Amino acid sequence: MSVHITSPDFKDNAKKALSDAPLQQALSKVGPGFIGRRSAAAGLLPEFDALRDSARDIKNHMLAHLDLYLERYEAKVKEAGGHVHFAVDAAEARDIVTRICKDLGAKTVTKGKSMVSEEIGLNDHLEANGITPVETDLGEYLIQIRGEAPSHIIAPAIHLNKDQVEADFRRVHTHLPAERNISEPTALLAEARGELRERFLQADVGITGANFLVAETGTSIIVTNEGNGDLTQTLPKAHIVLASLEKLVPTLEDVSQLLRVLARSATGQEMSVYTTFSTGPRRAADVDGPGEYHVVILDNGRSGMLAGQLREMLRCIRCGACMNHCPVYHAVGGHAYGWVYPGPMGAVLTPSIIGIEKGANLPNASTFCGRCEEVCPVRIPLPKLMRHWREKEFERHLTPAPQRYGLAFWSFFARRGWLYRPATRLAMWGLSLVGRGKGRISSLPLAGGWTRHRDFPVPEGSTFQAQWKARKAAEADRAGGRA
Amino acid sequence: MSSRDTVFASVRRALGVTSQEAPRRQEVADRIAGHPRGVIPARADLPPAERLALFKDMVMAAAGTVDHLPDTSGVPAAIAAYLRARNLPMSILRGQDPRLGDLPWHLQPTLDVWVGPSNGKQLAGLSHAFAGVAESGTLVMLSGPDNPSTLNLLPDYHLVVVRAEDVTGNYETVWERIRAVYGPGTMPRTVNWITGPSRSADIEQTLLLGAHGPRSVHVLLVGEVA
Repeated sequence: MSVHITSPDFKDNAKKALSDAPLQQALSKVGPGFIGRRSAAAGLLPEFDALRDSARDIKNHMLAHLDLYLERYEAKVKEAGGHVHFAVDAAEARDIVTRICKDLGAKTVTKGKSMVSEEIGLNDHLEANGITPVETDLGEYLIQIRGEAPSHIIAPAIHLNKDQVEADFRRVHTHLPAERNISEPTALLAEARGELRERFLQADVGITGANFLVAETGTSIIVTNEGNGDLTQTLPKAHIVLASLEKLVPTLEDVSQLLRVLARSATGQEMSVYTTFSTGPRRAADVDGPGEYHVVILDNGRSGMLAGQLREMLRCIRCGACMNHCPVYHAVGGHAYGWVYPGPMGAVLTPSIIGIEKGANLPNASTFCGRCEEVCPVRIPLPKLMRHWREKEFERHLTPAPQRYGLAFWSFFARRGWLYRPATRLAMWGLSLVGRGKGRISSLPLAGGWTRHRDFPVPEGSTFQAQWKARKAAEADRAGGRA
Repeated sequence: MSSRDTVFASVRRALGVTSQEAPRRQEVADRIAGHPRGVIPARADLPPAERLALFKDMVMAAAGTVDHLPDTSGVPAAIAAYLRARNLPMSILRGQDPRLGDLPWHLQPTLDVWVGPSNGKQLAGLSHAFAGVAESGTLVMLSGPDNPSTLNLLPDYHLVVVRAEDVTGNYETVWERIRAVYGPGTMPRTVNWITGPSRSADIEQTLLLGAHGPRSVHVLLVGEVA
């Protein structure tokens, strides 16, 4: 795992991804699996869309009162015997976690899946300080032993196939008999369970993320299917929670609304297997549970997002539905995005955190088909926010020269209707001449980037403006006829 | 300025607030005190017997199994039968919950019952749920010496006693019951919601049971509701 940023190389990354056969094979399963499961789960719950509105409203209310809910949350954690640490940026969050581990004399830490941990590059930092991090979510474990970043926010190893997993297990689990049969996923899962069970029991500290923080009670919540994050926070001497500011939710009732849309949007489950609510360290009479409880609350640019339209992005509950439904994600996978958050949510969040200078390619990696917004459980207008970043990119002259010239060329015509209309008619006539009879064009000057991977469709009928005019005229006729 | 102050100052600046505005403080205090319910699915808004039936269906839909017993006296025999049917050792670990301690264990002399938290060595664990939620077949477990959290996660086979009167339609009713026991704004150290056995789909999106938590979750539902 690394926080090395390759987002500026998105185009090269995407090109490589498109010709990566094993990756393409793995990606071919993303859409069919996730899309069908989500829509089946949504269909089983008549109140699903009303719950999405409710989820959006809860997050909006929380964000508008974030200062007050943070105060309340902090007070409740302390009341329960826990500690709250605030980190302005990634470096500070890494240092806080490392210091807590060192104070406890920790040698190994187990980890539940946490995107904030990926964001701050925690594992490399722990290792550099002589502390061994062990990822326990199966997908995170796979990418940790491969030295990769996650390619999806809820299915980090979705880019891998089982043969690759088998090869990695044989490479890393050298103490197991070489002749064992681990060709099937069941055998691979059993091997991971066996390997990680001892690690769970031996770890000094458990580090998890948080899906939600509840201000009412000072509770952190994680949602898993494996039970790994839940073991991570139950067995060691100390539990450290890593969470970003916007994970706050006012009450237990509010979080129940959000949980009803989270699993359905993510995996299409009615409810994930484990939802664990943790409040402070073990109590006097307890016979298990962590002796210390720490929460590290990370800002890393988020407070700044509260001021403008990017505030809407802070509603995100990290379900992954936007990338599961994204044609660009389906084509290139998560690694092409070049940092920890891929897909449409990454295209909006990444420039907010690492800067538009490095992240400018990502909001352009969209066809604006709008499926992400259609499925978002908290109704984030992702295309609108990507457009916001495209405008910023243009304003700051970060757009590449050919694109700027192209836009200038187009806007020259677009601003002069008397020129634009004949010009588009001419362009359509030219294109239909090139693609004569076939209805498609397999190679086009200046559009090689498009036609190398797919045909360019030949325009049919008349121009949009001509059609619009005809339609309006017909409507006026009908209205006139009725009168 | 501490990092805490920096973060709060930055949030306040972005929101254009001071945190001292009385109406804002009142709105937040009211929401926490009133904890309004949002949209509650009508699915589980059923007469008690049908709600119980939905709970059983949803547990099974999540790949759990259910034994419905007329009263608690049959629990030890049901546990013994469960272990025997799976060729498991006649041994089970439970917490100090008197509702489990008072069961007629003497009727199953071949069954060893141990008391304490799990250290990962036991194949079967027994817990008493605080509640069951019909809406999704979810078990609600509270930490403490009565039902240590490790029992929810470490044994391969997790057996859970749920009383019929503790099965609610929705999560919100459970929060009300927890507030009634612990007081408003207060929670036990850990609340585990469990919906079926542990699973993973991280290898080629193939869903497999038995990742890190229990491979099987068996609900011993006790009693009827009027």
